Amino acid sequence: MIEQLSAATVGWARAQFALTAMYHWIFVPLTLGLSFLLAFFESIYVKTGDEAWKRITRFWMRLFAVNFAIGIATGIILEFEFGTNWANYSWMVGDIFGAPLAAEGIFAFFIEASFFAVMFFGWERVSKRTHLFATWMVAIGSNLSALWILVANAWMQHPVGMQFNADLARFEMKDFWAILFSPVAISKFTHTTSSGFMIGSLFVIAVSSWFLLKKRHLAMARKSIVVAAVFGLLSSLMVGLTGDEAAHSIARVQPMKLAAFEGLYDGEENAGLVAAGIMNHAKQVENDEDSFLFEVKVPGLLSLLANRRPGSFVPGINDLVYGNPKHNIVGIKDKMVRGKEAVWALGKYKEAKARGDEAGAAAALVNFRMNRDFLGYGYLERPEEAVPPVPLTFYSFNVMVVAGTLIPLVCLLFLYFINKGTLIRQRWLLGLGVASLLLGYIAQQAGWLVAEVGRQPWAIQGLLPVSVARTNIAASSVQTTFFMFLILFTLLAWAEVRIMVTQIKKGPEEN
Amino acid sequence: MQRIFSFYRDGFAGMTTGRTLWKIIVIKLLILFGVIRLFFMPDVLVEHYKSDAEKATHVMDALTRAVPAVTGAAVNIKKGGK
Repeated sequence: MIEQLSAATVGWARAQFALTAMYHWIFVPLTLGLSFLLAFFESIYVKTGDEAWKRITRFWMRLFAVNFAIGIATGIILEFEFGTNWANYSWMVGDIFGAPLAAEGIFAFFIEASFFAVMFFGWERVSKRTHLFATWMVAIGSNLSALWILVANAWMQHPVGMQFNADLARFEMKDFWAILFSPVAISKFTHTTSSGFMIGSLFVIAVSSWFLLKKRHLAMARKSIVVAAVFGLLSSLMVGLTGDEAAHSIARVQPMKLAAFEGLYDGEENAGLVAAGIMNHAKQVENDEDSFLFEVKVPGLLSLLANRRPGSFVPGINDLVYGNPKHNIVGIKDKMVRGKEAVWALGKYKEAKARGDEAGAAAALVNFRMNRDFLGYGYLERPEEAVPPVPLTFYSFNVMVVAGTLIPLVCLLFLYFINKGTLIRQRWLLGLGVASLLLGYIAQQAGWLVAEVGRQPWAIQGLLPVSVARTNIAASSVQTTFFMFLILFTLLAWAEVRIMVTQIKKGPEEN
Repeated sequence: MQRIFSFYRDGFAGMTTGRTLWKIIVIKLLILFGVIRLFFMPDVLVEHYKSDAEKATHVMDALTRAVPAVTGAAVNIKKGGK
């Protein structure tokens, strides 16, 4: 009964965090991408002196402001949730997250906030070049803000550069640079920001396509589409390249996540990449059912992407759960033994300290440190608990890839017809342009599902499962705040869409 | 200082849509900090424990609550896989 209650608390706390993060992630990528597009538009204005580009910049800047204002502070709710629903986790990572978040405050947010006023109020008050400089600094500052948050997230996926302080029960930073430049942090930052650039481009393409469909502001819409389609094409190609690097990192540090998003139960040499498939929902780790009802695989591609070596072995879920001595893979059961040893040693350390037995404490600490890397496995009851929800991870990954693959094609089509001078006659493409924003957001949100669902059951990879990270509170209280946030977010989203649509309908003349 | 002040003052005074946005920001912050934070989303450790030592003890208890019965069996298992 107690286990069921705690599982319910974890479930609601995770649902609440997912709701907040996914809502927050509607605004952030648009800020990241649109800020650079503003800088591009204004750079063209300063370079050419053409007032049309100034009007274009000011129009998009107004939409940028609406998005920024509605989105501001939604990230704070995540911090509330850390303190209320994830108190143990929050305490344990305080020292690690403190530095990146302080760096965000000092470097990025300061730059962002300082230059915001110049960007919005300074058109007639400062020189063209000073204003342009402020716009660029807002773009750089916004993206630097994202860097620190993503570094913190990457650390949870791949905890490096730290040590565990058994007296304070918390992870402490040992090497800031190892955390900042961990391969997971780099690939996460580049993949996430470039996908934000893509969203910014799709937003400009979508609104401009709508203008063209309505035969309004034609010159502005065409000019905006040219810049946005080029930026969108380049950034979507970067998304692909950085996504490939992210998958390669995941293969090394989170092989279970890679196996889950490929639905790979039994490891293979020359493993194929599933291009399309329907998973068999009856398949579990423990049974012999087929993983897929239907699948189309590209032979050998997964081995190449994961290990950079064609023909190499990619471990499946069964190899990771039960071990595979041939490929030197330690199973979860063995890791659980070491994890339980770590938990046991930690308990002995606490007891020895309480009775003033320094020698006993030192011995327990040595034992703990020998097994610390497996600490989280000590809280699992069955090896199969280390497997994330496979179908959700698999489908999210494939939705992300399919949607992400269509986006550069959309950008190319826009550039082709702009170049031919017949874009306004391609009403099907303009309709697709409007819809492409939704496509971009689907890819974005699916990407976060892959990253966060695929790493379950861990709050911190291998060290802390969500069941221990949670606060010991009633599920009903988390449930209550979940629905409060749902209502708040719905109202705010409605306000944003309404204000945004009003501003779009006004067009550039009103600015 | 006077120029900076008038820069912000004139900027805010000249806002049109911005005023609506500021209203939304202020209402949102009031709801977040004045209602949700205050009544529904407390920082549990700060609320229940005064010192860092007490917070650490609470978390350590959570980490070691279910001390498993397995001891001394793990040292020969090769490190790897994670």
